[in-house]
Amino acid sequence: MAPAQRPDNTLSGGPSPWLPQKGTVVSRQRQTHDVITLGLEVPGTFSYHPGQFNMLYVHGVGEVPISISGHRTAENGHTVVFHTIKVVGNVTQALARLKKGESLGIRGPYGSAWPIETFAGNDLVLIAGGIGLAPLRPLFLHVLEHREAFGNVFLLYGARTPADIVFRRDLEQWRKRFDINIEVTVDHAWAGWYGNVGVVTKLVARAPFDPVHAVCYICGPEIMMWFTVQTLRERGVPDTNVFLSMERNMKCAIGFCGHCQYGPEFICKDGPVFPLPKIWKYLRIREL
Amino acid sequence: MEPKAYILARESFEALLQSLKSRGYTLIGPTIRDDVLWYAEIQSVEDFPIGWTDVQGPGQYRLQKQDRDTLFGFTVAANTWKSFLFPPRLLLWRSKRTENGIEFEQPTRSIPKLALIGVRACELAAIQVQDRVFLQQEFVDPEYQARREQAFILAVNCGTAAATCFCTSLGTGPKASNGYDLALTELPDGKRLLIEVGSEQGDEVIQDLPVHPAKPADLQEAEQVIQNTVSQITRELQTEGLQTFLYAQYENPHWDEVAKRCLTCGNCTLVCPTCFCSTVEDRSDLSGDLAERWRTWDSCFSLEFTYLHGGPIRTSAKARYRHWLLHKLATWIDQFGTLGCVGCGRCITWCPAGIDLTEEVRSLQRLAHREVDHAKS
Repeated sequence: MAPAQRPDNTLSGGPSPWLPQKGTVVSRQRQTHDVITLGLEVPGTFSYHPGQFNMLYVHGVGEVPISISGHRTAENGHTVVFHTIKVVGNVTQALARLKKGESLGIRGPYGSAWPIETFAGNDLVLIAGGIGLAPLRPLFLHVLEHREAFGNVFLLYGARTPADIVFRRDLEQWRKRFDINIEVTVDHAWAGWYGNVGVVTKLVARAPFDPVHAVCYICGPEIMMWFTVQTLRERGVPDTNVFLSMERNMKCAIGFCGHCQYGPEFICKDGPVFPLPKIWKYLRIREL
Repeated sequence: MEPKAYILARESFEALLQSLKSRGYTLIGPTIRDDVLWYAEIQSVEDFPIGWTDVQGPGQYRLQKQDRDTLFGFTVAANTWKSFLFPPRLLLWRSKRTENGIEFEQPTRSIPKLALIGVRACELAAIQVQDRVFLQQEFVDPEYQARREQAFILAVNCGTAAATCFCTSLGTGPKASNGYDLALTELPDGKRLLIEVGSEQGDEVIQDLPVHPAKPADLQEAEQVIQNTVSQITRELQTEGLQTFLYAQYENPHWDEVAKRCLTCGNCTLVCPTCFCSTVEDRSDLSGDLAERWRTWDSCFSLEFTYLHGGPIRTSAKARYRHWLLHKLATWIDQFGTLGCVGCGRCITWCPAGIDLTEEVRSLQRLAHREVDHAKS
């Protein structure tokens, strides 16, 4: 007997949610020795919310989730979606080798977004570690566009070394503005680096935001996010104003494959962006 | 209103199968393969394991011939119906390299119209659990949907229980309560089958058959069969407050103890009728011009399952068993509004180490209580 409850979004006869569409590489921008930003042109408009991700497929190699780091509208009316990719495995390596004009598979956008609309008037603190700046970049661009809607705005960024800083050109541009606070730190420095040295939590501890009215958006390695949360708590930022972007192995991005489970949460559809209270108790459980 | 119930003579069971066949259904039913009961395509009642029963225990499975010619005198087969609704291997799409870049192509295939013959109450509950996963979330799996919507379900109420059965603890059996087209109970004389109608399609099939309406005495007899089965079920899983309890057990030392026995082979996940995890395989031809993406069943017991840059997240056997058990009995409820366990007992039978989740839950409870007692004293 057929199932009793028939959902409204029945896809009977329609395209499979597993099927990607074709995207074309229209730009390649090397960020660091192992990070590259690909501009992928997709037909028509592509709407997404900052914090969401796409599944990118390289012909015959595989498919990986990559957060959306920005977009622009091309002259032909199509959309160029940017993905900033760190080479960590065979699929990301194949992605990084794609040349201009080559095509790949793209499907999305998937997942939850950084909540921003409800926080007009608050101080905003974006805290990123390493490649974690990528999913925060569209949020930051949104904030710049609607700058007057918010209180003080901070971008606190930590990279391993000066050579690992991504979006260097953006950071240099943004630093010229007087209405935002940008701090960059590196774990290890060398001669010629005149900036901060140390973990990003040091920046969090001393940034002059109003803790009670600050909203914090964090993306980086789990251990960095954990210590950042500790610092935010010490400063008195309410947990409900803290949002984190999580990462797990993912094969489908549509809640079927089961790989991305994190406690009861599916990172692909309940996340990747979570309010801290929702995942707080799982952050320190090993091998979850 | 009472469901419509009829009596069909045992010798006319073949007519029921042929009626389904004539309606274009491929029959999937119980057979014997490799000395186990196995759901597979059948042609007639000849393929049935007539008179056979199964003896199951932790890490044990034996077939035995009975002195009665029962059609359904066993409990559950080694495999599950999910093999037919959620195929173990499935081509998702092809990617072709052309002059204009790569092109994606969805395979066109005819979806088999299946009649599932002999679905047990716990198995029916499992199908309904998978319905929630594949049909009632944000995304719908079109392959599952197409197979599921066409499927005809002939349920069978259990006339016997295995030592591994615990459907009564989970309220899923041994009698099928809804979701079937027809539900059958083999009456003790071995000559009559009581058939209850659960859908219009079921009603139509019944019209083809030499049946007569069931009398109250027949219904009582069928009820007695169920009660007799219930009395055979000894295994228990206490579900009250279980979710809350398990959420507090991430650091329970008992996980280390299970890990000493668990081989992380993944058998429990493959025989589980609700487990839905899958992975994908990318393969290409020698020229590299044609690539295919296949979906295959996966198990959370494999190391690759949680592979992230730098390595797997759940490296220890402890973490993998903990994930599996907590998923079945706790996190599943938050995800899909139901338990991920239906009490069929397969994971107990097919565990080469005989690990029994009902027993592991009790051990977790014992240890947790001991710690509470320690804290008090």
